[in-house]
Amino acid sequence: MTFYKPSFRHPELPKNKLGYTSAEYEGVISTLCAGCGHDSISTAIVQACFELDIEPHKVAKLSGIGCSSKTPAYFLSNSHGFNSVHGRMPAVATGANLANKELLYIGVSGDGDSASIGMGQFVHVIRKNLNMVYICMNNGVYGLTKGQDSATADVGSISKAGSVNPYPPIDLASLAIELGASFVAQSFSGDKDQLIPLLKAAINHPGFAFLNVVSPCVTFNNNPGSTKSYQFAREHAACTGRADYVPVMDPITKSYGEGEVTTIELHDGSALQFHKLDNEWNPEDRLSAISALKRAEEKQEVLTGLLYINRNPKELHNILNTSDTPLNRLNEATLCPGNDILQDINEGFR
Amino acid sequence: MLESQALAADKTGTTKVNDFVIRFANVNGTGSASANFLFTKAIFRMGVPVTPKNIFPSNIQGLPTWYEVRVNENGWLGRREGVDFMVCMNPQSMHQDVACVKPGGYFLYDSSKHLHDEFIREDITYFGIPLMDMSNAAFTDPRQRQLFKNVIYVGALSALLNIEFTALENVLQSQFKGKEKLISPNIKALQMGVDYVKEHFEFPLNMRVERRDLVKDSIMIDGNTACGIGAVYGGATVCAWYPITPSTSTPEAFNEYASKFRIDPITGKKNYAFVQAEDELSAIGMAIGAGWNGARSFTATSGPGVSLMNEFLGLAYFAEIPVVLIDIQRTGPSTGMPTRTQQSDVMEAAYASHGDTKHIVLFPSTPKECFDFTAESFDLAEQLQTPILLLSDLDLGMNDHMSEPLKWDDNRTFKRGKVLSAQDLEKIENFGRYLDVDGDGIPYRTYPGTHPTKGSYFTRGTSKNEYAKYTEDSDSYKKNMDRLLVKFNTAKEMVPAPHFYQDEKKSATAIVFYGTSIYAAEEAMHILQKQGMVMDAMRIKSFPFSKSVEEFVNSHDKIYVVEQNRDAQLRSLMMIEMGINPNKLIPVLNYNGMPITADDIISQIK
Repeated sequence: MTFYKPSFRHPELPKNKLGYTSAEYEGVISTLCAGCGHDSISTAIVQACFELDIEPHKVAKLSGIGCSSKTPAYFLSNSHGFNSVHGRMPAVATGANLANKELLYIGVSGDGDSASIGMGQFVHVIRKNLNMVYICMNNGVYGLTKGQDSATADVGSISKAGSVNPYPPIDLASLAIELGASFVAQSFSGDKDQLIPLLKAAINHPGFAFLNVVSPCVTFNNNPGSTKSYQFAREHAACTGRADYVPVMDPITKSYGEGEVTTIELHDGSALQFHKLDNEWNPEDRLSAISALKRAEEKQEVLTGLLYINRNPKELHNILNTSDTPLNRLNEATLCPGNDILQDINEGFR
Repeated sequence: MLESQALAADKTGTTKVNDFVIRFANVNGTGSASANFLFTKAIFRMGVPVTPKNIFPSNIQGLPTWYEVRVNENGWLGRREGVDFMVCMNPQSMHQDVACVKPGGYFLYDSSKHLHDEFIREDITYFGIPLMDMSNAAFTDPRQRQLFKNVIYVGALSALLNIEFTALENVLQSQFKGKEKLISPNIKALQMGVDYVKEHFEFPLNMRVERRDLVKDSIMIDGNTACGIGAVYGGATVCAWYPITPSTSTPEAFNEYASKFRIDPITGKKNYAFVQAEDELSAIGMAIGAGWNGARSFTATSGPGVSLMNEFLGLAYFAEIPVVLIDIQRTGPSTGMPTRTQQSDVMEAAYASHGDTKHIVLFPSTPKECFDFTAESFDLAEQLQTPILLLSDLDLGMNDHMSEPLKWDDNRTFKRGKVLSAQDLEKIENFGRYLDVDGDGIPYRTYPGTHPTKGSYFTRGTSKNEYAKYTEDSDSYKKNMDRLLVKFNTAKEMVPAPHFYQDEKKSATAIVFYGTSIYAAEEAMHILQKQGMVMDAMRIKSFPFSKSVEEFVNSHDKIYVVEQNRDAQLRSLMMIEMGINPNKLIPVLNYNGMPITADDIISQIK
């Protein structure tokens, strides 16, 4: 694990329109396992915000609990962040957004945080169409508690401890579409060529944008039979005989062309298949998106790309008809009706 | 036979002017509430102190419900046991309704159906009025027949009890403002009741209402409405809530008044957000998110909701986020008796959540205090950067109470606490979100989006150092926990101060109470004083306890602590937080779900 971050930067790092370098969008050093997919996603967020010329302090980062929820510390240090309680990021993000509609809200969650303890909040934040980017760093496992199955783990997948998951997975992407999410995309942490554009699209989407990113857990979900695993770490683990051994490796990156099923070969010869949406795909058709996801599931493929978009969604502030000025900027002159009105109110109770 | 009995009214021969309890037994969902309210309000408009209490089931239609009105010109408006006059409209509850009438009392019933002998008592007077037959004859619409049956008995009562007909008309006029065509059928029904009494009974009774000038500028309002208005005046802009009896009418009142007084005159948009959450967890989570981001926010719930909100309350305590939680207590534990009152969330509120947590708790006693404390709680939450729990209860929240009028000082500004602006940040070298700069335990905070490079921080429920950086360092953790205690001590002199009933010590014995026990406690003190028992008294309005509370407790040898719960929860808090010898704190308890009475207090003190 890296514990030192050099303060020296290349003097000619490119700057964006605001005059910031990408370094100014970074966070503190990650404490996640080396090679964790989550770190690649953090890097993609840094890059997307840099390229979109977003003022870092105009972003609010929110998360729940778990490995994924630690990541907001690892990007955008000049943004305020809120690491809340397990599965409750959506509620905190909803309140924060209601208070100030002018910030960009990036929520980070994981499969345990979203698909189990926080399922109720996940469902209802979609229903409310909160204007936010909701990223689920999905690795099919509880990493921070050392390897229990999550609700997105495939049926039959084998945990590091050897138990077989008897329950079918919850497919968050199709659920989000079913619930009426106005932007749903799926990607892989190692495919930054796809992830960064999707993040940019999500950030620019004026409503709820859900990004389900398969982000393998190099430490706890690398067993044969786990479809969200990188089995290449197996030999290292076996070699030390330590169950909690953290392998040293680089994140896997792989790019592939549109419209093809791509097999990402893992170090040990196992594979993860990704089916990209082709150019013919109509991302504004909800029903075909759901059926394509289901067909892919039958073939044990993961559909990636932009799955569905409603380009003119009615987000929560529109639904509630809140003021143009952010609520947190209103003062007593606007908020307090004054004593004369109060005396009229009294009169109604006499 | 019964009517002739009625003619021999007033079996005891005593006169009860402006001092009686009347109870209405109805079936819920039959529209009796507005008729009963008309009755109460007319007495109020005659300048006579009056208080109604709804004793209702957790049900929408078909079960027994009672409405109990105490008329008392001395202003004792706590609940009193025993019924002087029973209006029985519900065959289901008739056995107990007959039984609870005091000897010499009265019993009004619908004589459209024969009253069986089993309901006849020799020591009470019966008024049989064929309400249903009269209503059916006068009105055609089935719903109207049902509703006006109730209004007819109010008319009959007005004659029997000497309630001015003009007072009733007066109430109807304000009740149906904008729906004037509803007034005349109501007046017709009232007149039918009056006429029936004139033809069949001697009236008015010795038990009666006489006009007084005792109400002055008081209002009659329920605590939940007052809390809702208080939240509007206190500047709440985000209300996230989940329905639960008996708190629901609090956010609803906020929405009602905000929708009148918080609309942008140019755009027509709302200067507030009102969100019904999917559960209590989400409700408080939203309120906390909004508080973190610089909006004044609140949620309202009852005991089961507070249980669910515990985890979030710990987060707000530890991450130091302002939020207001209004808890309208009901009878616990678990689902308990959802439509009965209690003060049983005191310990829960004070120490909500795991780990070492302590919260600021306010105890309003009257609707006026519901308004004042709610508005003030937003100041306290932002000044102290912590949750403020306002503990009302079902009795205060859902029943109308005679109250001082609400007042607002137009020069008052919101106390937003220690918030740094971009200009402030420019001057600061070293911003630390959890740094105790002033020695009062209260750090400085920034709103997200304030400054491009200064003042951002990452807050969390995990341990952090003064600069909001994650830490597992023992010293840093302990230092932070100790600072939170300093802050808690700072709060002691900021929260509403207790009320003392004497300028100087008169007795070594004292009585202490809080919240809605005020009504019964003050009446009990008055009665005991007449009997020669002098006690000092203190009404506690908040937790943590201020120095003045501690001094009062320490300067008395024997202290009765009046509470509406089984476990003497405030007494426990006094023992824990002030190290008081348990032997000198004597619990006086009522926990049957009904508001405490003066008689109950007296019987436990003597």
